Amino acid sequence: MTSHAATVESVLRRPEPGLGVYDKKVGMWVFLCSEVMFFAGLIGSYVILRFGASTSWPMPGEVLNVPITAANTFLLICSSVTMVKAFAAIEQGNQRGLRGFLLATALIGALFVTVQIFEYRELIHHGFTPASGLYGASFFTMTGFHGFHVTVGVICLLWATQKAFRGGYTQEDHEGVEVIGLYWHFVDLVWIILFTIVYLI
Amino acid sequence: MSEHHEHTESGSARSVEASAAAAATGGGAIAAEHKAPRYMAVFGGLAILTLIEVGVAFLGLPRAATILALLGMAVWKALLVALYYMHLRFEPGLLRLVAAAPLVPAAILILLVMLEY
Repeated sequence: MTSHAATVESVLRRPEPGLGVYDKKVGMWVFLCSEVMFFAGLIGSYVILRFGASTSWPMPGEVLNVPITAANTFLLICSSVTMVKAFAAIEQGNQRGLRGFLLATALIGALFVTVQIFEYRELIHHGFTPASGLYGASFFTMTGFHGFHVTVGVICLLWATQKAFRGGYTQEDHEGVEVIGLYWHFVDLVWIILFTIVYLI
Repeated sequence: MSEHHEHTESGSARSVEASAAAAATGGGAIAAEHKAPRYMAVFGGLAILTLIEVGVAFLGLPRAATILALLGMAVWKALLVALYYMHLRFEPGLLRLVAAAPLVPAAILILLVMLEY
């Protein structure tokens, strides 16, 4: 082995500096930290608006369709499983599993957005709009921003899926799958909180 | 420590397999065998908790108890996703610190305004 090759080898085998994980993952976590603050701002505003509201706030199920949204929540949970299964598949070099689970995750995510659009349509049809007082404004703002995040996630997943079908990820190099997975799980996590606060409390 | 970093460096073992258990068993494949059922167990937990949440919301319990129970279950579910699906349980401590950092200002933002009401 030449000295140059030995140097390259030693650099490649050097432990990841800083946090001990690769750069893309650190970048995604920092981005997710900013997203936590974004949604914390929305939730904080909701708390002020709700508990400071002079008029009574509708109880669960009075305006919103809880059973359909609970089913939609279940869909998002399913998509988190398929996402993590995609990651587990490529960790073992299972290309077929990666493609199938990534595609399933994207489709389930798209179904979630479709159900949300259907829900909006029904609510607006019954006169509940973003202009329906503080309740309507805060509901559509919070769920709308989340829906936007899901939509972005679906687009990223579709991109990752086509890359997977072209053999773009390998057992040795699949950072992209994990990073997109982190985003997708975060979107699921946010919905877990929003479902409780907006629909059930 | 060096063994841990070697595991985090290799492509097949960047996250979950970085755990001490994976290192002890000597490879990602064995760790993957152990984590696969755990993913489904977490999924089962999330699904059951969601069902219980919907039940509790309409059970007619005292308002304060309902809110506390619902928030508790939501935090539980969020932790399951963060620790297992986002692999935080198996990540280096510094990354966990980074991930937890925004929770402090977020808690101030939400909890302090709640104190006013």
